[in-house]
Amino acid sequence: MSSAANHQDLRVGVDVGGTNTDAVVIDAAGEVLAAVKVVTTPEPIDGIRAALDEVLVGLDHARVSKAMLGTTHSANAIIQRRGLDRVAVLRLAAPSSLGLRPGAAWPDDIHAEVVGATSIIGGGHEYNGREIAALDTEAVRRLAAEAIRAECRSVAVAGAFSPATSEHELRARDVLVEELGADFPVSLSHEIGSLGLLERENATILNAALLSVATSVISGFQEALAERRLDVDAYLTQNDGTLMMAGEASRYPVLTLGSGPTNSMRGACALAAVNDAIVIDVGGTSADAGILVGGFPRQSSAAVEVGGVRTNFRMPDLISMGLGGGTIVRNGSGDLRIGPDSVGYAVATEAICVGGGVLTLSDVSLAAGRMTGFGDPAMVKGVEGGLVRSAIGWVDEQISIMSDRMKSTRAALPLLAVGGGAHLIPDVIPGVSEVIRPRHQSVANAYGAGIAEASGSVDRVYSYDSSSREECLDDARELAANAAVRAGADPDRVRITTVTEVPMTYVPGQGCRVMVKAAGPLA
Amino acid sequence: MDYLKPGDIETLCLGATLLGAGGGGDPYVAKLVAQQALETYGPVRVVDPGELPPDDLVLTTAVIGAPTVILEKLPAGTEYVGSVKALASYLGKEPAAIMSIEVGGLNTLLPIATAAEMGLPIVNADSMRRAFPQIEMTVFTLAGLPAGPLSIADEKGNQCVFKTTDNHVAESLARAAVIQLGLANAISCYPLTAAQIDEHGIHGSLTYCNEVGSLLEAVKRGEEGSWERFLTESGSAEFFRGKVVDLDRRTTGGFARSTVILEDLEGGDSTMRIEVQNENLIAFLDGEAVVTTPNLICLLDCETFEPITTEYLAYGNRVVVIGMPCAPEWHRPGMLELVGPVAFGYDVDFVDLPNQPR
Repeated sequence: MSSAANHQDLRVGVDVGGTNTDAVVIDAAGEVLAAVKVVTTPEPIDGIRAALDEVLVGLDHARVSKAMLGTTHSANAIIQRRGLDRVAVLRLAAPSSLGLRPGAAWPDDIHAEVVGATSIIGGGHEYNGREIAALDTEAVRRLAAEAIRAECRSVAVAGAFSPATSEHELRARDVLVEELGADFPVSLSHEIGSLGLLERENATILNAALLSVATSVISGFQEALAERRLDVDAYLTQNDGTLMMAGEASRYPVLTLGSGPTNSMRGACALAAVNDAIVIDVGGTSADAGILVGGFPRQSSAAVEVGGVRTNFRMPDLISMGLGGGTIVRNGSGDLRIGPDSVGYAVATEAICVGGGVLTLSDVSLAAGRMTGFGDPAMVKGVEGGLVRSAIGWVDEQISIMSDRMKSTRAALPLLAVGGGAHLIPDVIPGVSEVIRPRHQSVANAYGAGIAEASGSVDRVYSYDSSSREECLDDARELAANAAVRAGADPDRVRITTVTEVPMTYVPGQGCRVMVKAAGPLA
Repeated sequence: MDYLKPGDIETLCLGATLLGAGGGGDPYVAKLVAQQALETYGPVRVVDPGELPPDDLVLTTAVIGAPTVILEKLPAGTEYVGSVKALASYLGKEPAAIMSIEVGGLNTLLPIATAAEMGLPIVNADSMRRAFPQIEMTVFTLAGLPAGPLSIADEKGNQCVFKTTDNHVAESLARAAVIQLGLANAISCYPLTAAQIDEHGIHGSLTYCNEVGSLLEAVKRGEEGSWERFLTESGSAEFFRGKVVDLDRRTTGGFARSTVILEDLEGGDSTMRIEVQNENLIAFLDGEAVVTTPNLICLLDCETFEPITTEYLAYGNRVVVIGMPCAPEWHRPGMLELVGPVAFGYDVDFVDLPNQPR
């Protein structure tokens, strides 16, 4: 891999979305030197190759030192149940948890595809670090044998309270390596998720199921880079908007499967040079609102489902509604109805303003003087003025509700208007200090990938009785910062990005769950 | 509801979340445990207390511990069965049926799994018909029935039985044992006869939970007139539609306390303040108490009508606030001292709901 030299001042960010694959080249100052958008191909690696070729035209490849990829490959594999590996699941928690089998509440189709063998065995820890039971190593060996019989390609291991005490998961892995060999992949839950055994176990199973898909995507990306004589460090973006080295990412694919919205929001904010803002992304069919706090999306507190499987991932807290450029407007007998259905991308041919026959919000926006550069204003002359006012009033109200729901305080915040339907967003919104429409916003995803930082986090339970609250928080901050440095962050520029304390009711000794995240630019 | 089958649990779960009145613990895990037990052991017969021979013993079981620990140490099933068997062994009498003490939150559904595993019927009654934070907060306490002797069990086979002199002591002994046993345990308390439950218990709790769950499902599906029907048939009243503009959380004395401030959605000047200690306890409209414990204060999402628990409440949530009547069995001497505003440290008078059934 390359060493960082002064002339290696460029990064390439690539984002593979459902519709488009975007790529940008960014210099050391964060300026966009080149940006392209190509159609996502059935084999996404073809789109990645095309985007790389196009974005690098005229640039000295030797100046590029880093390449970042955000992709929906893994998410699609889960949603489409395609290319998933069969997994043996080992839960270390017995005799606790026997009332709830691994893979409970998974949709039948993905369960049949993925969950090959399961076993709940003696092991795991209590809230205070004591063993629930000694690790039953014989049962680990039996599961290994069963994994071979059931033609599983990887093992997922989840132990009770492993985010606090990982010892049994690590020992179980050693036994599995003895039985299955060092090349047989094993995913450990404490490396994947936080407290909440069922959800963490689900995420670990998904991770184990995605290993083949991830390995092929990542080696494809690395090959594509090498073919273009790009001697660079390759990274993937994670769900939280920070980076993971390509080698790591092929072991923890589940942590990269929801990076799209995060990259988009972080990219938009960086392009607008703000750290705290509401972001509303209006597409053809829907509008998604999120909020950035300190440069990172606020994360959802509710459980996140991936392909029908409940996980405890940290995903951006987003709200969506059926409001987009293609949203259909109906005015039957004076009763205005807007959406939620949409003509989607067909707005380019079906909207009134391009000679089509469907009245959409794009037509309303054009008639109201908001949308420019698309469609013919003469075509929407026939749309009645009262209807335009009512429809635009509805849009303004919905945008205002979305931005208000996203805010966590009453203070006014800037709002970033992004996406192909951003013209619908008014310039003045109650509770919003200003509406910003960033340059290059159409490639915000790839830009977000290109500027991503390395991060580390910690999630554990402290007792504020044994040490003071400050001492506990300092310990957690240090652990998180060290983890970020291990992930590649510059030790001198690593900073704490979030500290969350959740007091535990009914727990003695002032138990408190502390979650800290640190991030910093790559060293 | 003659028998409970795996397909009945979803509706009960929605009703149980509503009757949690903002607390009661997330019933998601309990729902899966109940479904798995019904699949494994077969359907559970639902009986009214009056159907059982009067001297038959009915034993309860419930989770006791810390909500965060319960998410990590999932139920085994054996701890709940163990709590029942330990108490039965101490009493020298086998139970004829299982009952939930708290139909509201996750304790609604766990006893169904226990009944399935033990092959016993579940009694269509309880002692709260909502969630409350402490085991003495029951209609049985009002009737002078003791919570003890009670048992605590873990999944490993550790069991203890307490014989206690009053229900407050029962609460503190139980909590102390649970700290040593891993904070995710089973408790069996209020061992009673079918006749005692018939006389003093809250009747039809499971049916009620299922009904409000089913009425709310209709609202969530967007059926015409379903909201009015939900309010009328549950005896509830809508008090406010507002947006969370302030949320102050703190933990004191082991309880999650918070104050929620809502502003009128329609732009009016009214504000609502809700005082919370694990559950929503008092709702003030422009400074005046309009719903008070033990009546239920429930917050529902304005659009999805999903009941919102306190832990998931956030600034900007748009909610409908309803007051639901507590079970009529609560209206007995001693109610206010035990579960009224004063019992939680508020100097506020109890208020009846507009259509308070008595």
